[in-house]
Amino acid sequence: MKKWFNNFFLRNGLVLSLYMLLVSFIWIIVMFVLPQIFMFDFSFRFNWTQIDPSKIGGPEDVYTLQHYKFLLFGSPNNPDPFNIVDVSVFAHTILTAVFVTFFDLLLCYPVAYYLAHVAKGGVTRLMMLSLVVPFWINELLRAFAFRILFGEEGSINNILVFLGILSQPIDFVRENVALYTGLGYAYILLMIFPIYNAVESLDRNQIEAARDLGSPWWRIHLRVVIPFAKPGITSGCTMVFMLSAGALALPQIIGGPSSLWFTQIIYQWFNTGSNWPRGSAYAVSLLVICVILVLMIMKIFKVKFGEIGR
Amino acid sequence: MFAYFKQINPTLNIQDQTFKTYKRMSADVTLENITVKFDEFTAVKDADITIKGGEFFSFLGPSGCGKTTLLRTISGFQEPSEGSVYIGGTDMAGIGPNKRPTALIFQNLALFPLMSVCENIAFSLEVKGVSKKERRRRADKLLELVALPGQGDKMVNELSGGQRQRVAVARALAAEPEVLLLDEPLSALDLRLRQHMRTELREIQKRAGITFIYITHDQGEALTMSDRVAVMREGFIEQVGEGTKVYDNPATAFVASFVGENNAFQGNVSEVKSRKVIVTTDYGNLEASLADDVKLSVGDKAIVFARPEAMTIVKRGNAIKNVINSRVVYQEFEGNFWHLILDGKNGAKIKMSQINDGSTHVFEERSELKVQIDPKLAVALPFGPLAAE
Repeated sequence: MKKWFNNFFLRNGLVLSLYMLLVSFIWIIVMFVLPQIFMFDFSFRFNWTQIDPSKIGGPEDVYTLQHYKFLLFGSPNNPDPFNIVDVSVFAHTILTAVFVTFFDLLLCYPVAYYLAHVAKGGVTRLMMLSLVVPFWINELLRAFAFRILFGEEGSINNILVFLGILSQPIDFVRENVALYTGLGYAYILLMIFPIYNAVESLDRNQIEAARDLGSPWWRIHLRVVIPFAKPGITSGCTMVFMLSAGALALPQIIGGPSSLWFTQIIYQWFNTGSNWPRGSAYAVSLLVICVILVLMIMKIFKVKFGEIGR
Repeated sequence: MFAYFKQINPTLNIQDQTFKTYKRMSADVTLENITVKFDEFTAVKDADITIKGGEFFSFLGPSGCGKTTLLRTISGFQEPSEGSVYIGGTDMAGIGPNKRPTALIFQNLALFPLMSVCENIAFSLEVKGVSKKERRRRADKLLELVALPGQGDKMVNELSGGQRQRVAVARALAAEPEVLLLDEPLSALDLRLRQHMRTELREIQKRAGITFIYITHDQGEALTMSDRVAVMREGFIEQVGEGTKVYDNPATAFVASFVGENNAFQGNVSEVKSRKVIVTTDYGNLEASLADDVKLSVGDKAIVFARPEAMTIVKRGNAIKNVINSRVVYQEFEGNFWHLILDGKNGAKIKMSQINDGSTHVFEERSELKVQIDPKLAVALPFGPLAAE
């Protein structure tokens, strides 16, 4: 370790070495590890701030599992065997995020492949630009614009009714179509770019070799391109999944009125509920389940953790 | 180790049953007035040639001469702008590379890094829906054919350069092609391995009995392996013929200067008598043979080509014809040969070689020397572009 530091300083010089160590420290320890430790710690404490602030730090300020218990079973006088509302919202959130991720993958893989290996100079630049520019529009503006697009009186309904495809307008917002589309749309770049990066480094000759050996296009993708792009695909899927499971603004604005997103419940505990420990417990639960899910999927598809960083 | 040498030794494995099962159908390849254009640039111009079934045929030329484009046209990755490709008598227009009876070995081999050696070799069989067990069996047989028995479960990156080479050959042969196309597959190997693989490729071709079309810029490779060679320059096929013909009877100045080493003496034709020509050069009148199918008349600009081995040192007083007066710049020793680099006119260098017979005289630098060009071995050709050094 000491030797490594010595070498590091020798190789990069004093200024650069100190700078890199400082920013890495801030990035990992200050911004990531410390706050999460606070939240983790919080999630095991009683909500003394609301009950009796004088107890903080006193002998009764001990660790408790009550918030996690609440997430699973609800309040002690809950007649149901478990906390139906929160658990089902949790499951719904995770499932929807999985669906959004899968949908984005199907949508983006062909585009990423096209960008990397089919499109030439000008077309590539134009496509890149048309992918990036829409993201200059801020999330809120986009979300409200989606309400106009998908609403009962929205443009899509107007067109479909006008064309006679629909006799009655459908409320896409109430049916959550707007939310799924919005989430899928929001994270498209995070799916395309990692896949694009991975696919681009594939030697074109490999694709041609597979073709030359008689392979139809779909088998080339199945056996040559996708295995090669697996780290990129994993990286893209992980980001899209984590971000859609943790999205707040979009479910708030274009989610159907009857369906909640789990982050909205978390937000309620922190904000209107004034119960930070419970909010933390909920947030930690979401995080842990998401991470376990991602690691499981990576295990199934035999992707090593380090490969994501490629 | 023993098995390995057995594979290389041709007398041992010609009778070997394993290889008999790999005798394939071979097909003629006919290129009919093929022209390939990329926007403004014409990569191949009017290539018109028939490669016979079972032949080892090489396209030889410097980089950028269009030989790779021609290969891609045969394999189907490139549609010709004009003309047609026939393989085994069938017009290949509109038939994709996955449907042609050809297999291509890429310059960088393009093995699939995420598959095992076996999976690589059996890929074409997997495409055809051959069962896993049968794939394994055939891959193992092919591994024997290319002298890599028992290496099927390794990953590609665990193999050495020469072994990968063999896997690429096996993978291509597994597709049971009638024509095997090779795009400079030896260029990444070191010299010794390259020379070894030449022999081996030639062996595999004989065993498999299919047409090999080989692309290279290395004239040594082309001459040693091929039945016939086509020399290309800037998209044109300049000459087609057996290695000896291309070497001894070059059709153009480019072929003469590109294939093997050659000294060029420029001048004007002063006399033509049947197949003998006298060219007046800066070095005086030089007599040379007229190459086959070449016409020269008095007054034409011409080049006399004399190979290093077509020159001898003139001992005191015995020759007057075809003699060049020069000075020794330096002398090189290459085991079986002594090379003498002589001062030419206009800054040119003349190279001559002598067999090392044990008595070769060592010349001092700058010492004067008279050399005679053998008029029977020297070739006169019409003036034309030479190969870049």
